[in-house]
Amino acid sequence: MLNINAFLVGLLFGLGLIISGMTDPSKVIGFLDLAGAWDPSLAFVMVGAILIGAIAFNIAKKRQRSLLGAPMQLSSATELDKGLLIGSLVFGIGWGISGFCPGPAVNPKHGYLLRRCWPG
Amino acid sequence: MNLSDFTHSTYIAGLSGGLLIGIAAAMFVLLNGRIAGISGILGGLVQADKGDKTWRVLFLLGMAASPFAYRIAFNLPAVTIEAGTAQLIIAGLLVGLGTSYASGCTSGHGVCGISRGSIRSIAATLTFMTAGFITVYLTRHLLGL
Repeated sequence: MLNINAFLVGLLFGLGLIISGMTDPSKVIGFLDLAGAWDPSLAFVMVGAILIGAIAFNIAKKRQRSLLGAPMQLSSATELDKGLLIGSLVFGIGWGISGFCPGPAVNPKHGYLLRRCWPG
Repeated sequence: MNLSDFTHSTYIAGLSGGLLIGIAAAMFVLLNGRIAGISGILGGLVQADKGDKTWRVLFLLGMAASPFAYRIAFNLPAVTIEAGTAQLIIAGLLVGLGTSYASGCTSGHGVCGISRGSIRSIAATLTFMTAGFITVYLTRHLLGL
């Protein structure tokens, strides 16, 4: 059951990325380009996701186990350490160079590094 | 037909896609007790001490199936990659290294972490967004790449 749900969540997450337009790196760059023709779409994606997420995580935080009985694995860390901040800085630089964050990049028919390497 | 043709707006498309991502993250935490963070799910596949590979593979297979599912009803939206191959390789290394040290990316910190009010995730998201804004300003407007 947990494995089936993992597949379904991956599928829905991937569909959400496609519908939102975030599988297109030029659209992500459009959001990051404040000095150009700024495209705020990505902010709308975040707002939509967090609206639903906030309700779910508020319920999840109060539980020890999930509805299917799996342990609730939420981090309790609160420290802003160097790894978090420097790591995020390095990630943001890479994200700005390519327009790819991990989600769209693992979507094979759509992440499209493949299409560049294998023509046709 | 393209979905964005009838939503007519990139903002409505963004919000709808975002709501779906939120539903996916909600299902994952409420049913599996886990954070839908793509860098963590992917990274766990190559860590020898993580024994739970099956659900990770299935999650990624679900993501891999999504464009095929989408294509049943709609035309896939066009994708434009402006970065050259060398830039993509460098960017990929930075994204992998960075998200690994930061224990999360746009999904894990940006969506799930902010949703649960994590101070670490809020700091991470502000940091990678600012770094992204500055990087694009440098590459597009100062270096003209």
